[in-house]
Order: sequence, then C-alpha cells, then structure tokens
Amino acid sequence: MNVLVFLIPVSVLIGALWLFGFVWAARRGQFDDPDGNSARILSPDYDEAPKPEE
Amino acid sequence: MTAICPACVELPPLEIDPAKSKVAAPQTLLLSLPSIHCAACISGVERTLQAVPGVSQARVNLTQKRATVQSQPYVNAASLVAALAAAGFAAQPLDPETIAATATDATARNLVLRIAVAGFAMMNVMLLSVAVWAGAEDATRDLFHWVSAMIAIPAVGFCAQPFFASAVAAVRVGRVNMDVPITLAITLAVCMSVFEVTQGGLHAYFDAALSLTFFLLIGRFLDHRARMAARSAADELAALETPRAMRICGDTEENVAIAALAIGDRIRVVPGTRIPVDGRIIEGQTDLDRALLTGESMPVRAGSGDAVHAGEVTLTGPLVIELTALGRDSTLHRLRALVEVAERARSRYASLADKAAGLYVPLVHAVALLAFCGWYFLSGDLRLAVNIAVAVLIITCPCALALAIPAVSTVATGRLFRRGILVKSPTALERLCDVDQVVFDKTGTLTKGTPSLDEGHGLSQAQFALAATLARGSAHPLARALADTARRRGTPSVVLSQVCEYPGRGVEAVFEGRRVRLGSADWLGVPGIDRLATWVDDGQLPPLPLCFNDTLREGAAETVARLEAMGLPVTLLSGDNAANVAHVAGQAGIALALSNVGPEEKLAYISKLSDAGIRVLMVGDGLNDTAALGAAHVSASPAAAVDASRAVADVVLLRDDLRALPDMLDLAHLARRRMRQNLWIAAIYNAVAVPVAVLGFVTPLIAALAMSGSSIFVSLNAVRMKSS
Repeated sequence: MNVLVFLIPVSVLIGALWLFGFVWAARRGQFDDPDGNSARILSPDYDEAPKPEE
Repeated sequence: MTAICPACVELPPLEIDPAKSKVAAPQTLLLSLPSIHCAACISGVERTLQAVPGVSQARVNLTQKRATVQSQPYVNAASLVAALAAAGFAAQPLDPETIAATATDATARNLVLRIAVAGFAMMNVMLLSVAVWAGAEDATRDLFHWVSAMIAIPAVGFCAQPFFASAVAAVRVGRVNMDVPITLAITLAVCMSVFEVTQGGLHAYFDAALSLTFFLLIGRFLDHRARMAARSAADELAALETPRAMRICGDTEENVAIAALAIGDRIRVVPGTRIPVDGRIIEGQTDLDRALLTGESMPVRAGSGDAVHAGEVTLTGPLVIELTALGRDSTLHRLRALVEVAERARSRYASLADKAAGLYVPLVHAVALLAFCGWYFLSGDLRLAVNIAVAVLIITCPCALALAIPAVSTVATGRLFRRGILVKSPTALERLCDVDQVVFDKTGTLTKGTPSLDEGHGLSQAQFALAATLARGSAHPLARALADTARRRGTPSVVLSQVCEYPGRGVEAVFEGRRVRLGSADWLGVPGIDRLATWVDDGQLPPLPLCFNDTLREGAAETVARLEAMGLPVTLLSGDNAANVAHVAGQAGIALALSNVGPEEKLAYISKLSDAGIRVLMVGDGLNDTAALGAAHVSASPAAAVDASRAVADVVLLRDDLRALPDMLDLAHLARRRMRQNLWIAAIYNAVAVPVAVLGFVTPLIAALAMSGSSIFVSLNAVRMKSS
C-alpha cells in the first residue's frame, strides 16, 4: 500500500495538467466560436496563423 | 482570405504586425451579421471584407453572428456594410465601445473555468471516495481522506465563490436567498469533514461538497447563458445607434458626439435622419415625422423658428438647428424621469424561485436545528449530533431546486429566441403568465408606421400616373406609399420637367406645359378633409384627394382575435387623432380604443389599471410609450422601436409578425407549469430524503447518489419542453 503515497500525487498531477490545458485553451479563446469552428473545418480557405506573406 | 488563428484574435494587431502599425494605428470595427448561418457564409463574408481596400483582417464569429474587422483608419463601417450588401449579406455596424463595456463574456468564461475546476476536483475526490466506500480501513482511509481534503479545500474555496458572494450580499441587506443554505451546507460540510479527518473519523463529505458546487455551478451557468444571449442582443440593438451630430463651426462642419454640444451650438440635420437634440429651426423647412414622440402617423410641417425635439425625423428638407435645451431640460431627460417614476411604482416582483426559497430556507434550517438538538439530548454526543445536522443540510441542499427554474427558463428562452422573441428580464416569463389585459400602442406597434393608399379614390388613370410620377421624387411617407403602389401596379410614368419639392408643402412640376402639383390641402388652396390624405392638382380639374390608411402589421387582426380568445381584453392607446385610431381599431377588431393620449396619460391609464389589480401587458415602440412600458406588469416592444423603449421593455420582438405574442404567452404558461412540476419533484425528493437524514442513516454514498439523481431528473423534465 505504500505505493499509494507515490501514485496518488502522480495521478493528481496528471489530472492537473489536463485542467491547466483546458484553462489555457479557454483563455486563448478556443471556445469563443464553437459554431464557427465546426463550420470552418469544411472550408478550403487557408485559416492558420501566421498567414504567409503574398 | 484572412489568416488568423483564434489565439491571435486575443492579441492586439500591433503585436502581430509591428511594421503596419508604424504607418497608422489600425482600428477595429464590429459588424452585426444577423443572417449568416453556414460555412459558405463565413468564407463569403470574410472574402468580401478582405477585398475592401484598407482592411487588413476580417474574422467572423458564427456563434455571436458578428465580424471583427481590423483596418486602416480611413475605412468606415458604412462602406463595409455597403460591400456586404452588394454580396448579399445583411450587416449593421456596431459600436465597439458599447459592446466592450458590457463584458458579459468574461463572466461566462469565469463560470466555465469554475465548473471545470469543480468537475476535475470532484472526479478525483470521487475516485478516492469509492475506495473508502469499498471498505478501505484505518491508515489507508485516513490517507485518502487527507488527500481528498487537500484537493477539496482549495477547489471549494475557488469554485463556490459566486455563491459565497451572493449569500453575503443577501444577508447583509437582511434578506435570505437560495445561496444562503448553499453556502452554509458547503462550508459546514467541508469544516465538519476536516474535523472528522483530524479525529480519524469514518465519514468525510468532501465529495458531497464538491459535487454540490459542481451541479449548482451548472445551474448558475445555464441561467447566465440564457440571459447573456438576450442581453448581448439587446446591447447590440443599443449599439446600433451612436448619437452624433454635425456641428457647424464657421464655414466648416464637424462630426461630434452629442455630449460635446453646448446650448447655442448650431447643427445641420440632413433629410431622412433623426434629430439628435432639442432645438429651434434656424434655417430650412421640412416635414417632421413625430410618430416616435407623439404617435401621430402624419408628418407635420415645420419651418424657421419652430421648436424640434430629439427623436423626431426630418423627412424632406435639410435643417439648421440651434440647440436650446440640454441634459435636465431636454425632452429625452423628461421622458427618462417619467420612466424612472413608473418603474419605481412597479412593485418588486417576487419570482417563483424567490417564493420557493422563502418557504424552503427557514424550513430546512429548522429541520437541521431540530435534528441537532434531538440527537444531542438523546445521545449526549455532540459530534454525532453535528454530523447528523450536516448530513441534513447536505441532503436538502437545493441542488434540484437551483436547477429546477434555470433549466426550464433556459429551454424556454432558447425556444422563444428561435421564434424571434428576445426575453430580456429573467422574470418576464413568469410575469407573462399573470397578464389580465393587453394594451397596444398604434403607430409602429399595431401598424407598420407606413401608410398605404386607400383604393377608393376618384382619379382617372392619367391623373393617377401623374400623381405617382410626382411622388417618385419625394421622401415624404405619403409620396413614397403612392410611388410604391404605382410600381406594384405597373403604372406607366409620365414625362415631367422642372420638378421641385417644397419641404412641408409638396411637389411641383411642369407637365405638357401646365403647372401640376401634389401636396397638402392648404398649399393647393382647397379645404382639408378629416383623413390622412394628399391632393393632386393636374392644372385642369379642381384638386382631388388621395386618401391613405395605416397598414396593419402582419397578423395584427389574428393576434387580437387570439388574445381575446385567451380571455385577455385588448385596448388601443394612441397619441394619434380619433379618425385614424378608429379606423385602425376597426381593422384590427379592437373594441376599446383611446385617441389623443399623451405619454403622461398613457402612464396614468396603466397605473389606474394596476391599482385596480389588473396586470397589463403593454406593447409599444415610441418614446411616448416608455413610461407606460415601465409601469406595466410586463412589457414588449418591436425591434424597430427607439432604444429607450427597448431598454425598458422586458421582451423585444425581433420579427415584424405580431403573431409571436400569443405564442409567447402560450409558451410562458407551459414554462411555468414545468417550473412548478420541477419544484414539486424537488419537494417530494426532500420529503423522502429528510427523514432518512434526520434518523441518521445517511452516509456520504447515499448523499452522492441522491443528489445526482434528483438533479438529473429535474434537468430531464426541463428538456422535455423542447419537443412538446
């Protein structure tokens, strides 16, 4: 059972990493336009940043 | 095609492209795009905007139906709107400052963040709890409890802040709301559990405290989102009007904000625009459309020296106006003061949730206290008594109750929004159920505010063609209605020369060598008639009148009939003259119609009804209706109304069709039925759970199951509305 002392913090840490990832994504505005994002994936237009200079 | 990822939207353009910012500071323009709905619309709009010279970036947000455009300062919103209109997209410019000031997005994001943290912490603690429930003992159980405590304490401290804040605010003013028992249950559960853990006790309620927070936050988020959708649309409506004026300084003119004007300043107002201030006409003559202020459907003539008021529209002639009143003395301020008085008179409405909380909160606390006292005197064990009291508080914590109403109103407001009805006030749905009588304003509400030609005129084909051609050049509403009718019928136009419009009088031209005129009766020198009419003089016969009617909005008569069938008497209150009002009332099938009613009398009429205990639904659009809208039990206004009315009204009708009104009432009744059902479900659940808790049989496992079960049940009942 002593292994728990080690395993529990590790699992909490992994969970916390996911949470941090979610918070980061929300702060970056990735959930600001869910409808638009689902529509944009079908569009052939170039839609990544930074746009190459023409 | 634009090329920015969602992440870059957050960054100011300066950081994306420092080279560009050296040339000139780019500006951000916001456009509202109500009609976009698919991937093709996004590419179409972005490509169109990108093609406008000076635009560096354009990004569409489909969820909010908005476009954000980064451009050089010389690009203005009107040119973007024109470009989009040419490509077939309807767009309206928005005032970025008004939008930014609302900052509703931040609150929603904040709530999502708290939900995420609560969900994460809850799942971890749940995992540990499952081990404890499965039979972990002694040191292992204590270790698991300690780890749970370390996760739960900071998580609860962060996630439950909205409830703490609201509870403290309520207690401070001596009121008790739903958040008080929530806060008490969460804090007591955590404190109790910490104490138990230090004593090596059997039960810890960390998972209960966290899942309570999680479910309640979801309820809070639903509530917020429903209102945010409504609010942001209302903000957009307000942002559509930016009050600015053209100030004349010497030989030049500058575009300034209304706030920067002083008494004595002269401003220029071009035909077809709304007059922004109170003042006196110095130069020019025009027809003034005062429908929004007084409800008169017919424009009045105004010339040099006449007073004009903010909100009136000049139709035909350009004007120079000298400012005579500002701030406190202005017409708008007087109306606003009237609205404030009216709203103060409207008694504080106790919503269903408030009423439920008022019954529920003291009851729950009394039961918990009784359980504590009972167990303490019977067993003499303080720790056991506190444990049971906390269990009672946790099991009765209004999870289901807090979800019962927001879940229903989310579904109901969402459904109404899809039908073009914007519910602004959170209690509007409930208040709609109480309505006993419906009062309509006439101009702009029951009617479209644009006249239509009465077919019963005695003109020959040639005379009608002449009148229609004369009308073509004028912006006067009667002339426009005449020209529209002619275009629909395919009336051929005649050849005129020397066409000249006399603002406030009419149009004159030369036809086959004769002087021909279309205009008001006194200009043509004939006695007037008691109808909305314009006169045509073909230079040979005596002048003949063309009469007009107010056009009813689509479905107006049907709406009135349906409202009457629902047992709601309908009244018409209008500032217009008796003949026009009687005509419209007859068409719409309204028995009781009052004419020549000013803003104060409208307010008095509504107040008299409410004093008699009759709860009124007021539907109006003009500045003259704002006070009455504020005083009514619940109020609605069409989207075309002035922003003051929309701000006061509880409900905004986004489409022209009035038939949405009875539909809305039906749905409101259905929503209230569902809310009541949900409250009953929550009450029955409590009636079963409380005795179990009081008798001391509740373990953390039972609390967790019961809580989730009731919340899910209530949510499902709310969603059932979608299909029915």
